[in-house]
Amino acid sequence: MATESLHHDAHADEHEHHDAGPTKVFGFWVYLMSDLVIFGTLFATYAVLMKGTAGGPTGADIFELPLILFGTFALLISSFTFGMGVLAMNANRVGQVKMWLGITFVLGLMFLGMEIYEFHHLIHEGFGPDRSAFLSAFFTLVGTHGLHVTFGMIWILVMLVQLSTKGLNDKTRPRILCLSLFWHFLDIVWICVFSFVYLMGVLV
Amino acid sequence: MSSSSQPSGHGTVKSYVTGLVLSLVLTVIPFGAVMLGSFSLPVNVGIIVVTAVLQVLVQLVMFMHLDFKTEDGWNMLSFVFTVLILGLVVGGSLWIMQHLHLNMMIG
Repeated sequence: MATESLHHDAHADEHEHHDAGPTKVFGFWVYLMSDLVIFGTLFATYAVLMKGTAGGPTGADIFELPLILFGTFALLISSFTFGMGVLAMNANRVGQVKMWLGITFVLGLMFLGMEIYEFHHLIHEGFGPDRSAFLSAFFTLVGTHGLHVTFGMIWILVMLVQLSTKGLNDKTRPRILCLSLFWHFLDIVWICVFSFVYLMGVLV
Repeated sequence: MSSSSQPSGHGTVKSYVTGLVLSLVLTVIPFGAVMLGSFSLPVNVGIIVVTAVLQVLVQLVMFMHLDFKTEDGWNMLSFVFTVLILGLVVGGSLWIMQHLHLNMMIG
């Protein structure tokens, strides 16, 4: 199948439209499942080290829920706007796809801004990842998610360029579908982060 | 493999709007419960766990269109397998570390 997709004759393109696209998306799905296991190990590490504050601050001391709620809203709404982008793609409206991707990018930027502000504030206060086992695990887990969001946003920019130069075709469509899965996946991880790290952290 | 040429294309504006409203409501409920602080600890934990599970299901079904049909169910099967692995990794780690912790305290 991989060698077939290298040929650019009409038959190969026709063939790819019915076969390679869904296979690519499924392959990407399997990657997301393995990424989920990575986050699982980071959650397990955090849960084990949560009480290891080494005389430093606990979650209840440093988590600012209004800030987290703001970032959560930005990320949840961005999941919706990306969905609208996929619908626009199905309706073959390139301009609308680019508009929705642009809005998704801005919402992602708002989320990332919230996270960078939080991290900067914590490190400035002397509560960086070197302060305690709890903070090491916290920065690793939340930072890994933030890194994923950053790469998702780079990918959005790449797709905006490709949509401008190539438009919607059998190559770019599966890429947008994969990116949409990636973006929704980051939402799922964030749901677990704000529930089990921030909300539980403030309670316990 | 799949009979549909657009594997994730069966969403509608209505289903995405429903997903958005549900996810916002399921976010406001646990944040509200914790920030107002009017419930006991077990009730709060219960609210957080239930809304988190529902919220993840909303994302999977409404946005990622996870069902038993796409790729003849292989998406679902790989997801179920991953959940099993997650259960082993997270649950197993906590179980082992809890035991080690208790042993250290006694010794």
